[in-house]
Amino acid sequence: MTTTPSVTELPVSADDHRVARLATAAIVLTVAEAAIPLPLPGVKPGLANIVTLIVLSRYGWRDAAWVTLLRVLAGSLLLGQFLAPGFFLSFSGALCSLGALGLAVHLPRRWFGPVSHSIIAAFAHICGQLLIARLWLVPHDGVFYLAPVFFTAALIFGVINGLVASRLLGELDTDPLPPEPL
Amino acid sequence: MFARLVQLRPWLVHLRSGDWLVMASGVAMCVGATLLLWQGDVPDKAIVRAGGKVVAEVALSTPRFIEVDGPLGKTRIEVQPGRARVASDPGPRQYCVRQGWLTRGGAVAICAPNHVSLTLTGRKNDHDTVSY
Repeated sequence: MTTTPSVTELPVSADDHRVARLATAAIVLTVAEAAIPLPLPGVKPGLANIVTLIVLSRYGWRDAAWVTLLRVLAGSLLLGQFLAPGFFLSFSGALCSLGALGLAVHLPRRWFGPVSHSIIAAFAHICGQLLIARLWLVPHDGVFYLAPVFFTAALIFGVINGLVASRLLGELDTDPLPPEPL
Repeated sequence: MFARLVQLRPWLVHLRSGDWLVMASGVAMCVGATLLLWQGDVPDKAIVRAGGKVVAEVALSTPRFIEVDGPLGKTRIEVQPGRARVASDPGPRQYCVRQGWLTRGGAVAICAPNHVSLTLTGRKNDHDTVSY
């Protein structure tokens, strides 16, 4: 008689723990940001991208992609947006900005810091969203009428998020890392 | 702590030379998109209709007045370089006069009681409205 194991063990590496912890930070920022009233739908600061930028600088693109996609998925579940139009807009924006970051991360570090990454990702994000909106949600060129507003928001929030990420990175590098929670 | 956050200098050290370049490109994209997408069609002609028939078709190059007769009396239309308006109309509510200067291609002022309309046309035929 054979016994089937009742517990299936999935090996969890330290990398997984780190990605999960960072994704949690990003999800918290997403949920907190949803409480901020904003004048125009579609314009928001994207504070969770600060986490993405820090992960990109410290652990590379692969971890940044994991953290971002987990954040979009779990954030939409928490806010009740999963599979709603807003989710697909976030998702397409995230894919585009990750693609752009994959290229931007190869820019020479001496001249291009997190602020560059942030601005490039923000513009890629809004382009991805506009594309999905044009192709699917509002099949009319009228959506592009708002593009200047979105671009301006992308620039402003891109700079701010990049500066915050850069400063946090600086402080993380000078302070010793907090002990790893188990 | 907040005093430290509002100081500009500690933030500026995080901007590398390439970051300024990317920021400048971002500004250029914003300005470019605004100019490209928010500039209405430049009109080049004014068409005046009375009773549905075109009575005058003038280029928006030299200032002039056009007088059109309708059932209520004379409607005076003023043309200036790049714009046109209904200067006076015998209609009771004066909607077309109060509309003021028309400056975009596709813009229309209609003096319905006197059966007169003024239309500006541009290089491309603009849509009247966009609804979301």
